[in-house]
Amino acid sequence: MKARERAAGAVANYVDERTGAAKWMKKTLTKVFPDHWSFMLGEIVLYSFIILLLSGTFLTFWFDPSMREVEYEGSYEALEGVHMSAAYASTLHISFDVRGGLLMRQIHHWAALIFLAAMVAHLLRVFFTGAFRKPREMNWIIGVGLLTLGIVEGFLGYSLPDDLLSGTGIRIAEAIMQAIPVVGSYLSYFVFGGAFPGELFIPRIYTAHVLLIPGIFLALITAHLMLVWYQKHTQYPGPGRTEKNVVGYPLLPVYMAKAGGFFFIVFGFTAFLGAVAQINPIWVYGPYTPAQIGAGSQPDWYMGWLDGLVRMSPPIETHALGYTISWNILIPGLIIPGILFTLMALYPFIESWITGDKREHHLLDRPRNNPNRTAIGAMALTFVLVTLINGGNDLLAVHFDLSINQIMWFSRIGVFVLPPIAFVVTKRICLALQRADREMVLHGKESGRLVMLPHGEFIEVHEPLSPQKAYQLTSHEQLPALSAPETDERGVALPKGIRQKLRARWSRAASEQIAKPTVEELKEIEHH
Amino acid sequence: MSLQPIQDPGLPSHVNRKADADPKAAKRAEQQVAILFLTSALGTVLFIFSYVGVPQDQLIFLPILGTTNAHQLFLGLGLAISLFFIGMGAVHWAKTLMPDHEVVDVRKEQRSKDEDRAAFVATIKEQGATAGLGRRTLIKRTLGLSLGLAGLSPLLLLRDCSAELPGEELAQTNWRAGTRLLTDPGDRPIKPGDLEVGAVAQVLPLLPAGRKRTLNDIAKDALLLIRIRPEEFNLDAERLSWTYQGIIAFSKICSHMGCAVALYEQSTKHLLCPCHQSTFDVTRAAKVIFGPAARPLPQLPISVDSEGYLVAASPFNEAVGPSYWERDSE
Ligand code: HEM
Ligand code: FES
Repeated sequence: MKARERAAGAVANYVDERTGAAKWMKKTLTKVFPDHWSFMLGEIVLYSFIILLLSGTFLTFWFDPSMREVEYEGSYEALEGVHMSAAYASTLHISFDVRGGLLMRQIHHWAALIFLAAMVAHLLRVFFTGAFRKPREMNWIIGVGLLTLGIVEGFLGYSLPDDLLSGTGIRIAEAIMQAIPVVGSYLSYFVFGGAFPGELFIPRIYTAHVLLIPGIFLALITAHLMLVWYQKHTQYPGPGRTEKNVVGYPLLPVYMAKAGGFFFIVFGFTAFLGAVAQINPIWVYGPYTPAQIGAGSQPDWYMGWLDGLVRMSPPIETHALGYTISWNILIPGLIIPGILFTLMALYPFIESWITGDKREHHLLDRPRNNPNRTAIGAMALTFVLVTLINGGNDLLAVHFDLSINQIMWFSRIGVFVLPPIAFVVTKRICLALQRADREMVLHGKESGRLVMLPHGEFIEVHEPLSPQKAYQLTSHEQLPALSAPETDERGVALPKGIRQKLRARWSRAASEQIAKPTVEELKEIEHH
Repeated sequence: MSLQPIQDPGLPSHVNRKADADPKAAKRAEQQVAILFLTSALGTVLFIFSYVGVPQDQLIFLPILGTTNAHQLFLGLGLAISLFFIGMGAVHWAKTLMPDHEVVDVRKEQRSKDEDRAAFVATIKEQGATAGLGRRTLIKRTLGLSLGLAGLSPLLLLRDCSAELPGEELAQTNWRAGTRLLTDPGDRPIKPGDLEVGAVAQVLPLLPAGRKRTLNDIAKDALLLIRIRPEEFNLDAERLSWTYQGIIAFSKICSHMGCAVALYEQSTKHLLCPCHQSTFDVTRAAKVIFGPAARPLPQLPISVDSEGYLVAASPFNEAVGPSYWERDSE
């Protein structure tokens, strides 16, 4: 035995004699992970979180979370002698006087954008493939929590430098707080330590940004990954893959090398963006003052949809008995986002209530094989897209020579009209794809080869599918619509409530499918 | 459950990669991985060189990027190369040389076995019974009470997050009858003649001697002065009396969510808030003509003092800035 091996053996022995870890480790190191590019989206989220921790910790060494007024005297000449908060001055210091400081700031900001983008992409993958179904509903809810926190964390992050743009964002957040009936102004006073802006909110959001929320993130991410581990990853359907097995590569060495390598790739890519793509040049904006604003003020993209909702809201306030309710703030700023996130969190339960399906699922759906769900997803995406477009209405107006008025009315109408259209169109597309699958199984795939028949007609040769492919296209299940129970177990007629009717209707919609080829049909084909 | 019309043909059989069969291909793959790792090492060299060798204010011109800070650029590129190629090397290694046989593991239902579940319930019941929680209602109730009350203390502790509570302060500004208008920036008092027709200026109130202006003051006091020809106003008699020789003053803090209403379009006499594009018509006392704001910008009555400087004729008659519950908007 080589010396190195002997040393490793001694360490392993030491640990195992004290923890009995060998058995667990053996199982762990051979744990099987299914492989698919779409499973890497969640990994990107995890890796950018680690990048955020590393780059963020670097920034804390110089960032001074204080609103104490200072006179700037660093190396950025354009702002020399200007009065500003210590927070802003220290961000300038990081950018211009700490070697690698600007790079780290840009890496941190890019990582935040990637973090949120990957989280949304990951969520969409989980949604459209039905990975949230039993037993994974809990992880879906944790995911919704992570997304919400991510948006808040990002917002607090870009508010820290206390530049003109970020201060404007804080002002808007304060107005949303104030708009809450009865307690609003109290809430705002408690958060800001008095009237806006005061001198306390930067240190306060700093604690939330670097300690509180990352701590919650760590806890939630740990729970999220433990559940993935424990429940084993889902897999795409295909030959040899069933609800009862998991097919993939063992953790050691393949998965570890790929996942570990991928971490470095993501980090390298983020560093590349930080090197070449400028982001949030706070020195251009200047320090925050409530009386000024930069033209074309835009939040980071993950806040853009909220901004778009606020922009398209009609100007409605209720004034009565000396009190004011600002619907123009409450509806787009709190009520609609609240409803959206609640529906999103509850979606797994809503779907299983509609389909009556309470079984475990480990094989993923191809989106086309669940047209209703896919259409609902497309509808939600369209809604968010319209609000995002409106969030950038000033930029779009300039770029495409439109008037803001036109974009606003497009959005106000579009936000109601386009999502249902997206639903119908997507559902049709899914059904058309199913029809194509069915055709392919029955008649083979077009080969692109033409042959001339004896009487001169050309036909295209259809090649039969491989058994693997044919299996893949026919192995999914098609749930029938629920027949609403009209009598209970003892045969007493049940009152048909509106809930039951609704459920029966939705269930019918959810079960609309193109029937896949039956055994008989396939037999018949074989005889030809 | 619909049936599967086609039998599961089972996992496709393993296809050998080049490097699996051909030792030469394997050797080549090994060299490729090594080259990737070496590229990463070069990246770190570039990183170190940029850190110590490239001055922090060194600029260079590059196509596409334009003029860029060389120190930050090469530092970043070095870091990017060093990290990225470690990753590429590892992935290439895994893909070409590590075993690529798919492995099958079994899955069992998450649900515990029935007897385990029954045993679990029994344990809970038994152990619960030994504590007597069910019988001793006095303990249960007092425990509930004390836990509930203890939960209040952290809430109470948060009370001092703000020394003051919102009150009249929200509706007050530093504008009083006779307060002079000062230019911002500049802090100079202004006479009507300083402002030409079509001009717009931002002003702040003269504060009592010794009082330093804070951001909190600015957040409520910021004012826009606009001068147009008096006959262009479309105001009722009272509002017209609040203007002075065609000069009209509005709070600069948007009545929607408090952004600075910064854009004035001379040709249309519209004020526009860049945050959500609420648009206010100056000639009609800042009436909202577009966007989500529900109220006009508050107008400040102005006139001149004995020395001819512009002053506030009286305080604002309503709260400036975004709405809040206690705001009396009627
Ligand atoms: C997980 C999610 C996180 C997100 C989404 C996030 C996002 C952001 C963003 C967008 C900024 C503004 C950067 C800029 O352009 O100036 C920022 C600033 C900052 N972040 Fe984070 N961050 C996260 C985690 C962390 C952690 C874990 C730390 C520290 C341990 C941290 C420390 C800081 C500091 C000190 C600043 C201010 C300095 C500066 O802006 O240059 N962040 N963050
Ligand atoms: S803050 Fe001015 S329009 Fe919203």
